[in-house]
Amino acid sequence: MNQFNFRPLFRYEDAFIEGILTTLKLAFQAGAAGLILGLVCALLLGRGNRAINLIIRSYIELIRNTPPVIQIFIIFFVFPTIGVRLPPFEASVVALTLYFGAFVTEIVRSGLASIPRSQLEAGHCLGITNLQVFLHVVMLPALRNIYPSLTSQFILLLLGTSVASFISTEELFHTAAFVDSRTFRSFEVYALISAIYVSLVIAFRLFFFAFGKLAFRWPTAR
Amino acid sequence: MRSFGSIDLLSFTTAFQYTVLLVIMALALGAPLALGFATMRISRFLPVRLLAAIVLQIMQGIPLLALLMFVYFGLPVFLGIRMPPLMAVVIAYTIYTAVFLGEIWRGGIEAIKRTQWEAGASLGISKLQQFRHVIAPQAFRIALPASVGFLVQLIKGTSLAAIVGFIELTRAGQLSAAATLQPLLVYSIIAAIYFAICFPLTLLSRKLEVRLHGSR
Amino acid sequence: MALVEIKGLRKSFKDLEVLKGVSLTVEKGDIVALIGRSGSGKSTLLRCINGLEETQGGTIEVGERQISAKMAGLREYRQRVGIVFQQFNLFPHMNVEKNVTLAPVLTGKVSKAEARKLAEECLAKVGMLEKINAWPEQLSGGQQQRVAIARCLAMAPELMLFDEVTSALDPELVGEVLKVMEDMARQGMTMVLVTHEMSFARNVASKVVFMHQGKIWEEGTPEAVFGDPQTPELRAFISSTHH
Repeated sequence: MNQFNFRPLFRYEDAFIEGILTTLKLAFQAGAAGLILGLVCALLLGRGNRAINLIIRSYIELIRNTPPVIQIFIIFFVFPTIGVRLPPFEASVVALTLYFGAFVTEIVRSGLASIPRSQLEAGHCLGITNLQVFLHVVMLPALRNIYPSLTSQFILLLLGTSVASFISTEELFHTAAFVDSRTFRSFEVYALISAIYVSLVIAFRLFFFAFGKLAFRWPTAR
Repeated sequence: MRSFGSIDLLSFTTAFQYTVLLVIMALALGAPLALGFATMRISRFLPVRLLAAIVLQIMQGIPLLALLMFVYFGLPVFLGIRMPPLMAVVIAYTIYTAVFLGEIWRGGIEAIKRTQWEAGASLGISKLQQFRHVIAPQAFRIALPASVGFLVQLIKGTSLAAIVGFIELTRAGQLSAAATLQPLLVYSIIAAIYFAICFPLTLLSRKLEVRLHGSR
Repeated sequence: MALVEIKGLRKSFKDLEVLKGVSLTVEKGDIVALIGRSGSGKSTLLRCINGLEETQGGTIEVGERQISAKMAGLREYRQRVGIVFQQFNLFPHMNVEKNVTLAPVLTGKVSKAEARKLAEECLAKVGMLEKINAWPEQLSGGQQQRVAIARCLAMAPELMLFDEVTSALDPELVGEVLKVMEDMARQGMTMVLVTHEMSFARNVASKVVFMHQGKIWEEGTPEAVFGDPQTPELRAFISSTHH
């Protein structure tokens, strides 16, 4: 059994930090864009236009039933064919946005469906506008209902950013492979980044939990 | 460079068999362990429960890619042995299956009311028999849709085995894309193959889900 | 001129005709009680008045204005008509004050600064002032229903609609809600209510309307309707409500 030695990794501290930041940037950018994409798709789905519904449903099924790594490859290689050279990071953001957006669409749709019709009626009967009913009556309770699945999905996105390394996006996992190739300290390198990923995930879970407690304070029947 | 042709499709066919092999082995080895993990998660003994919770927390906190690299590159160093790629990826996906499928099954088992265990106990049958004959059949029904959903997850997940050079479908695609310089065509075909396998399973999972909730 | 004038109203859900030509007049200050078996169309009639249902024939005029679910200005109309539901339908994520002031603030009736005072006034009318900061889920059904009434009052409506507002309540909580409604009646509010509380209909209503199979079967003063029913259907209905 070999002697473990983490010391050779210390020289690459900057590289690891750079990798963590890129991973977080990927997750935040794709997370924010995917959230908007999912929200728009979910609202469009509710309007009942058959052509639009078909397009959105196909998009969701395509994303859900193919591996993310293939999606990233396709996005990365499709842009040059239309004359756009997209660097790995940007291509990864686009691919991860599409990926996250598909799941968000389904989650948001279920959230909107979870609000009873009677709540909408009560809002309309007060003589406020449709937008006001959505913003003041529907949004917060719906958000509370989907908060657990939405945040778990974000955690999955955070871990999923590692797949961006397949097209040489220099995020945390890619950094690990790089350091591994320089130091041959595979066990230590992958132990270290596993610890980093676990810490990030636990930090986000704690944050989401605390934020949820603050944001959704009203008591519920169940 | 050569153009895309039947040689690529042939390599996809071979590689696809490895994808299937990987899935089957992960399930065959992982499912019994999943049952074990599920029982650990609901064990009456705190240390066991705690251990399972920590394992789950770690597994939910690292990317599947990291697990693969860890087993492939890290474990041989740790154990001082060399490991062929097939063995490494099978170990990784077995662990993956054990934990995540186990967690789904735990949910199924815990969805069964306490009184069902008590009803079993009142018949004077052993704890194991209660589980085998009373709880498991009901839990199975509840956990089936999510289990099929996990199968889709696993199939998609095997694409990451490409990282260690294991030639399954995605790796074959990478090689073909590099040789033909037609990545878009190649990856579209690969995507179509995955979709053809995963989509029916997704539909099945959804159908089972509807049946489950319809009968409630 | 009557406040509400309904003529020949028809309403179907798919193949099922629920209202088969209903005509009803409500004068300002009237307390109209709609009674009848479930499925007789009373709740649907009430919902039509508030533009919640599309109709297939006939007209509804409120304040000399044609009402329909698709009309322009439905929103402004609803600001003048309050409706209270069987299930309260308070907004669970807003405290009592916010529930009451949401619509007045959003429609610009009061400023945010005046909102608290308005909430206090309206809640005092229903005896719920001390619960102004509570969450809906912390209240009993009767309390929630009184807040729902205050929520309507905050818009200073000309007409109030009550859709079986005590049906979802535990028996011991019915009284507190009926008392609030009685107070409102005494202060001259025009009210149309669907109710199973026969003693309330008998004692508080100025007009009782018996609906049967989608039609107004009989109507009149409480004395006439309860004291001298003309049809066997009404007679059967009245005797069925005496337990």
